[in-house]
Amino acid sequence: MSRTGLINLALFAMLPLTAGAALMLDEPFIITLATKVAILALAGVGLNIALGLGGLVSLGHAAFFGIGGYAMGILASHAQSFVPLMETPFLIEGTRSMPVIWLVAVIAGALAALAIGALSLRTTGVYFIMITLAFGQMLYYFAISWPAYGGEDGLSIYVRNGFPGLNTLDPIQFFGIAFVILALALWGAGRLAASPFGLALSAARQNEARVETVGLSPYRLRLLAFVISGAVTALAGALFADLNRFVSPTMLSWQMSGEIMIFIILGGVGRLYGPVAGAALFILLEHVLGGLSDFWHVYLGLLLLLVVLFARGGIIGALAGREVAHD
Amino acid sequence: MSFLKLDGITASYGPAQALFGVDLSLAEGEVCALMGRNGMGKSTTVRVICRLLAHSGGSVTFNNRDIGALPPHKAARLGIGLVPEGRRCFPNLTVSENLIAAARPGDWDLARVAQLFPRLEERRDQMAVSLSGGEQQMLAIGRALMTNPRLLILDEATEGLAPVVRQEIWAAVGRLKSETGMGILLVDKSISELRLVADRAVILERGASVWSGVMADVNHALADQYLGV
Repeated sequence: MSRTGLINLALFAMLPLTAGAALMLDEPFIITLATKVAILALAGVGLNIALGLGGLVSLGHAAFFGIGGYAMGILASHAQSFVPLMETPFLIEGTRSMPVIWLVAVIAGALAALAIGALSLRTTGVYFIMITLAFGQMLYYFAISWPAYGGEDGLSIYVRNGFPGLNTLDPIQFFGIAFVILALALWGAGRLAASPFGLALSAARQNEARVETVGLSPYRLRLLAFVISGAVTALAGALFADLNRFVSPTMLSWQMSGEIMIFIILGGVGRLYGPVAGAALFILLEHVLGGLSDFWHVYLGLLLLLVVLFARGGIIGALAGREVAHD
Repeated sequence: MSFLKLDGITASYGPAQALFGVDLSLAEGEVCALMGRNGMGKSTTVRVICRLLAHSGGSVTFNNRDIGALPPHKAARLGIGLVPEGRRCFPNLTVSENLIAAARPGDWDLARVAQLFPRLEERRDQMAVSLSGGEQQMLAIGRALMTNPRLLILDEATEGLAPVVRQEIWAAVGRLKSETGMGILLVDKSISELRLVADRAVILERGASVWSGVMADVNHALADQYLGV
């Protein structure tokens, strides 16, 4: 096994080992932190499909993260209050079933990504960054001015949504759900990267004109990648809102988009397990340094600077040495 | 019956006109050499055929269809395969990944490309960026073949390569001519090697086609007048 493979295996095992150790030591807070890492890593896996594979620097992915969160919040709040979402032309009721909420989140995220991507992908470079940021901010301010679902205060859910056969309020069981979804997403992202579609997407990042001369449309390749990316990020948003039993416009803010991007840059852009490493380090710093100072982001900024200047392949790149990013 | 036909093509790069009337026709199964000195419009003509550059006048038809308004990827889907000048493989993909990324349904697959260029099979898991110039050229030809083209365009395919590698490339072009029914448009400066494979030739001078005929008729006087050899 290559060094990158070993690092990936260690990163993959790190989360369940941490959660398992915390269970034995009766530290439910640590299990919740591990769950948070798994969910944020899932959001990073989503963005990495657009950013790492397609080279699409989206600063609006919090839009999809928030859409997933609000899909959970809206459906669960209606189930909680026994008031249907709509009665005409047909009845739609709220639900507290996680699989149904995930499905709605994925579809809503994919549709939003299709609409945003269809317009944004007509631009490139800094214009693409700015237009995705603008769409994200539009949704952020829309959520703030939407009093029906809490407006600026957000929306609280009293009891975590349910999953058939599991007690989701038990931290280790909810961790299990988040980890299995992360594992499936990593597997799917790996398969996607090695598929003809993933290779063509990667090729379009390296040389757009050459991809066109082999009969592929870079725009369509990128749009599909953006839609898949948005759907995965929305799923992470639904889980994140369920973890906190709370959703607010903060999930849609540009700072959130930046944080998801930081996970990827810290771990290694285009590295399959980069978001896992990045999210784990981010949460670790937040809780270790955050306990020492309110200004812990200064240290995060310094670390980010070091990674960008001296470890362009992120943490995994630095650990893997001269192996080419091809995991 | 020509299945690629350029009729009075004019084209410009911004305010600078590069083509002033190019006529060219190619039948299926035919190999045509596009010749001319540097800067005479050979690569610009190729860019017009592949729709990488919009022409300003004249018409381009492929398989009896006007392709003048198509984007490059749609022209490629009709069966126009390009081996670009300077090779330009996807550097951070392996050899087999470069080929798979371009694959379209048809007779050409990884095994058939490996038969044509056994060296690519030996290097299949190697990054394209680490290949030699000749191997990259073979990969660029293989990548174009994976799209299962009906017309293959090779733009300066042997430029800058060692003689032994050039021989390999020309041998592969010869095999493509004898074993497949595809039309081949060759842009190259090596008259002696073009004579071995090309049926016809078109000569460009200052952005216009000034001579076309059978390759065997490209004599010393023509070469001296238009090709500078």
